[in-house]
Amino acid sequence: MKLIELRNITKTYGQGQAQFQALKGVNLSIDKGDFVAVMGPSGSGKSTAMNILGCLDVPTGGEYQFRDVQVEKLDRNERALLRRYYFGFVFQGFNLLARTSAQENVELPLLYRGEPSSVRHHLAKAALEKVGLSRWWDHTPAELSGGQQQRVAIARAIVTQPELLLADEPTGNLDSQRSHEIMELLVSLNREQGITILMVTHEPDMAEYAKRIVTFVDGNVASDVRNAEKPAKTPEPEQALLADALRSEVIDAVE
Amino acid sequence: MLWNSLLLAMREIRRNLLRSFLTILGIVIGVAAVITMVTLGNGATQAVKNQVSSLGSNLLQIRPGQRMMGPGGGGGAPQFKLEDAEAIRTQITGIAAVSPQVSRTATVVSMSKNWSTSVAGATDDFFSAGNWVLASGRLFTSTEQNAGQSVCILGATLYKELYGQRDPIGESLRVKNFSCEVIGVLKAKGQSAMGRDQDDTLVMPLRTVQRRLTGNRDVSAILVSVADENDITRVQGEITDLLRQRRRLNDSEDDNFNVMDTRQIADALSGTTKVMTTLLGAVASVSLLVGGIGIMNIMLVSVTERTREIGIRLAIGALEREVLMQFLTEAVMLSALGGIIGIILATLASISLSNLMQVPYTFNASINLVAFAFSAGIGVLFGFMPARRAAQLDPINALRHE
Repeated sequence: MKLIELRNITKTYGQGQAQFQALKGVNLSIDKGDFVAVMGPSGSGKSTAMNILGCLDVPTGGEYQFRDVQVEKLDRNERALLRRYYFGFVFQGFNLLARTSAQENVELPLLYRGEPSSVRHHLAKAALEKVGLSRWWDHTPAELSGGQQQRVAIARAIVTQPELLLADEPTGNLDSQRSHEIMELLVSLNREQGITILMVTHEPDMAEYAKRIVTFVDGNVASDVRNAEKPAKTPEPEQALLADALRSEVIDAVE
Repeated sequence: MLWNSLLLAMREIRRNLLRSFLTILGIVIGVAAVITMVTLGNGATQAVKNQVSSLGSNLLQIRPGQRMMGPGGGGGAPQFKLEDAEAIRTQITGIAAVSPQVSRTATVVSMSKNWSTSVAGATDDFFSAGNWVLASGRLFTSTEQNAGQSVCILGATLYKELYGQRDPIGESLRVKNFSCEVIGVLKAKGQSAMGRDQDDTLVMPLRTVQRRLTGNRDVSAILVSVADENDITRVQGEITDLLRQRRRLNDSEDDNFNVMDTRQIADALSGTTKVMTTLLGAVASVSLLVGGIGIMNIMLVSVTERTREIGIRLAIGALEREVLMQFLTEAVMLSALGGIIGIILATLASISLSNLMQVPYTFNASINLVAFAFSAGIGVLFGFMPARRAAQLDPINALRHE
């Protein structure tokens, strides 16, 4: 079933001489339950496309259909409601509320949905458990590591059971081991709960986790490849070897 | 949603406790100042009215000058003579007592102690018209009055200052350059309407004061006590006519004296305190305005500081209206909190200051309500601009904000 359909989407910034076309007629359709990685060099328009898909920005031209809604015709408040009920966001910079506990951060989207507090507590607890952070529910972002913060952010994004999870370079600020953990979490959410995921990344080995890789170049889709179905990734032998070598070097130095 | 906004606002205020406190300080001071000023002013007005009406509603006060604006007013116009008082007593019916009086400040010496006090020259009618009661001793005899003998009656304060507990009857004290015999002590009456201690006085026969202290035959005021208080308007009119005639005023001239009943005296006296109350209240409300600007300032800073947070909320699906509400609620809550603290402070300050100034304290619900509503209104007024700025942020830019 088709969830998203972009038809000839354009986006232009600025006016006159300083005009810059970020998107030049993008066509893209995404099925329900898909896991799409969007790649491309910086300035290729992938973030702009992401913002438009997430209803944070409006296209200059073209059509954007989400389910049976013509998104480009919605006003600011209607787009906010669409985000509230159908979308979940994960950002590169985590974007958690500072000085606010993990639990309260995760409850935030439920608050705007008007859920009563008992429901909020229950759902937030379940979401934190799903990302493996039940023990850390009362910690503020400052008391959590980068990987943990990103997992809180993912819990916040999935607590509302969204139709679409938009992740903008979710592993961009994390080391490689944390990155792989986060990707495995996203894969399991996609596989077990059927959440459609759209993820921007510039790391090819993160894109490997997705079912489908869309590459943007110069404001348009350059390639659209479906990955072969494969089991969840384990750390590559090459990297493991490298780590072993490093460790023995350190041990040598100490001795 | 409203409840959530309240909770959110409360958490935000608690999170920056010191800053919140400093922010609302302006409102606190403003509200407290307005309420205290108005409460004390009303108390003072009330005290004046109480004092004057305790004189009785059958009293007329006649003074030279066009309009009495407190004691000592009416300079320039010709003074009354004792004969004016006599004329009123004999020519107008329905009068219980006529008390011409004159007063002077003088130093009174007894043994080694001396005290500066107000010396009143009066007739026996002075005591009945002014509700004075003797604590001990006797009043003046007619011989003493007619001959202007050196006898005197002490007010309670003067008695305490000069003699302490001792019985003063029969002792002699010195007033300026002559000595006089103490024949009585008055019961205490307390402060006058204008805050003067009425018991700090020395009463002598009118003639004695005229002869020995003032050196002329002027009378500075005449108190008239009317037998039937329903008669007071008629008596007032007749006295005015009589005095105009005696002072040879023709029809085109204004009165150069005034005859007032107690209500009019109270109004004239409390007019001054009312003006003062309004003035002080107005000055204090300026600080309320300044407090409001302080709140706007902090809310604007807060919006800038929390741009990222606003971006997150908008991305998650907060409506413009909800962000607006959040910040507006915070501003209103801050200023309302300031209002409540201000009211508490004002109540404490009013009660203790009323005690100190010896004016009655009455809780004035309307001024408390007005001050509170005003402070909350200031929250809406000065919170709206920052709140709207927050609500209209572009989510993408807000999220990128560092």
